[in-house]
Amino acid sequence: MSAVTDPVPAPRRRRGVELAMLVFAVLIAMAAYASVGLALDNVLPPRMLAYGLGLGALVTVAHIVVRRTAPYADPLLVPLITMLNGLGLVLIYRLDIAEAAAARQSGDPVPSPDATGQLLWTALGVAIFVGVLLLLRDHRTLQRYTYTAGAAGLVLLALPGLLPASISEVNGAKLWIRIGGFSIQPGEFAKLALMIFFAGYLVTKRDVLSLAGRRVLLIDLPRARDLGPVLVAWAVSLGILVFERDLGTSLLFFGIFVAMLYIATERTSWLLIGLGLFLSGAFLASRLFSHVQERLDIWLHPWAGDNPTNDAYQLVQGLYGLAQGGLLGTGLGQGRPEMVPFAKTDFIIATLGEELGLTGLVAVLLVYALVVERGLRAALAARDPFAKLLAAGLAFALALQVFIVVGGVTRLIPLTGLTTPFLSYGGSSLLANWALVALLLRVSDSVRRPAPQPIQDEGMTQVVSR
Amino acid sequence: MTELTLTLIRLAFLAVLWLFVMAALSVIRTDLFGPRSAPKVPSRANADARPAKAPTRGKRGSPRKVLVTHGPLSGTSLNLGESPITIGRANDATLVLSDDYASSRHARLFLRDGQWLVEDLGSTNGTYLDRAKVTRPTPVPLGVPIRIGRTVLELRK
Repeated sequence: MSAVTDPVPAPRRRRGVELAMLVFAVLIAMAAYASVGLALDNVLPPRMLAYGLGLGALVTVAHIVVRRTAPYADPLLVPLITMLNGLGLVLIYRLDIAEAAAARQSGDPVPSPDATGQLLWTALGVAIFVGVLLLLRDHRTLQRYTYTAGAAGLVLLALPGLLPASISEVNGAKLWIRIGGFSIQPGEFAKLALMIFFAGYLVTKRDVLSLAGRRVLLIDLPRARDLGPVLVAWAVSLGILVFERDLGTSLLFFGIFVAMLYIATERTSWLLIGLGLFLSGAFLASRLFSHVQERLDIWLHPWAGDNPTNDAYQLVQGLYGLAQGGLLGTGLGQGRPEMVPFAKTDFIIATLGEELGLTGLVAVLLVYALVVERGLRAALAARDPFAKLLAAGLAFALALQVFIVVGGVTRLIPLTGLTTPFLSYGGSSLLANWALVALLLRVSDSVRRPAPQPIQDEGMTQVVSR
Repeated sequence: MTELTLTLIRLAFLAVLWLFVMAALSVIRTDLFGPRSAPKVPSRANADARPAKAPTRGKRGSPRKVLVTHGPLSGTSLNLGESPITIGRANDATLVLSDDYASSRHARLFLRDGQWLVEDLGSTNGTYLDRAKVTRPTPVPLGVPIRIGRTVLELRK
């Protein structure tokens, strides 16, 4: 962790820039909506204005709260995620229409549209965003709750694994808590709580953890007795893999821990140890548990049969979709993304790639990269180590999650069931990610805020006479 | 809708998407370098609106940055604005030293009447300007070493 930072040049608020970019982001979402309507029905969709105004009103609230409570925060974060969220809403709306058409053709009952629900979740996401900014005026408050956050995170993470499958299992992964018609994925919130814990814990322990032990092949290995925390994190992540049957959450959780350990100690050996532990653990798990083995098989041999009717169906359909999209895409509303199972959640990237092509997909990935860059920039400029670790961890978590999802859909790594932040249909993910960005804004605000004027501005010592 | 119109809409949407990315990048660019350095010739509107901007540059020959020439942070530089710079091992110092021989709040550089002064903040091992111990706020000429623990700093243009 570098101790010296250049002071941010000329602290400016730049809220006007944020507002302009927000308008641009909402206009993009409306243009996408219009484009879907024009392609499917030859007319502008009737609810286009209402949709645009709804999204616009939500982000205006967010903007006003940022103006009031975090005036120096980064001007790009909110517009970027607004654009992603808006585009996600349009893609879900578009898939709703396609699914309804398909259901009508085959005579099945028409499924209820998900876009309305997602708009509601967006509203709740903005509410959480506003709540975090209003209640948490100083990110250092979180450091006091290091161990509380750690315990809460572990409980949230472990809860679905311990509950009976009837409550927690959806499509083979035990990640959910379903009560009535309402379901949440506590892992998404656990992610945030655990990052707060890691940041607070590593701030106090990083001096010990960066002590060098034996030097092997130009790399300083840590002392054997300091391996405890990384082994615990490894065991927990393997526990998720085994009991909750989810490779994605397991990889995400362990990856965040190792990355934060590396940021805190600046020792490359932790990365190597982490990678080695995870690979060996995953290999062992693939030998012992059939569901992990299955995932690996799908990844390595998706075209095992002539007609992909085996388990790789979803992945193969997604790949066909991406291929269909090519460089420029089929155009919004003109592809057939509904052919991919779970196109709204795990495979929304395939929908995006099919209808907007590689050009659109890369633009969206760049938007993610910019969000991550803004987060890391805040971490670089932060002076207090807790803020540094927290911001870096939050930004890295977002990057890793996008990598795992996009890598899985494009068959770079084994497919796992994670949501694409802000784009996918899913309330828990949307809420947790809006909260994540609120935390980043809070850190960024404190970093870019000009230092208070020193009270003693005369250089001389004053003489006090009685 | 003809095929052609749909193709045009499709391409236009992709263009707008990239325009958004470009706009975001340009925001980052102005964030990094500030709008002042962006246009070489200041626009008239800008010059009219903010005539008071000029003095921030200071007179010719005034230092622009402080450079660490020796010690653990050798090579680090810090741009000088108008705000004072605190130097020490404390986390809230402007220049955080990882130097065992420096105090947590060791010294302070501040601007008075267009001149940078150095002041010792009651450090254990003292602050030296060239060879002389700093006992009260002392003006710092360009390129004269300030020694703090094992760290040596200089003001540079």
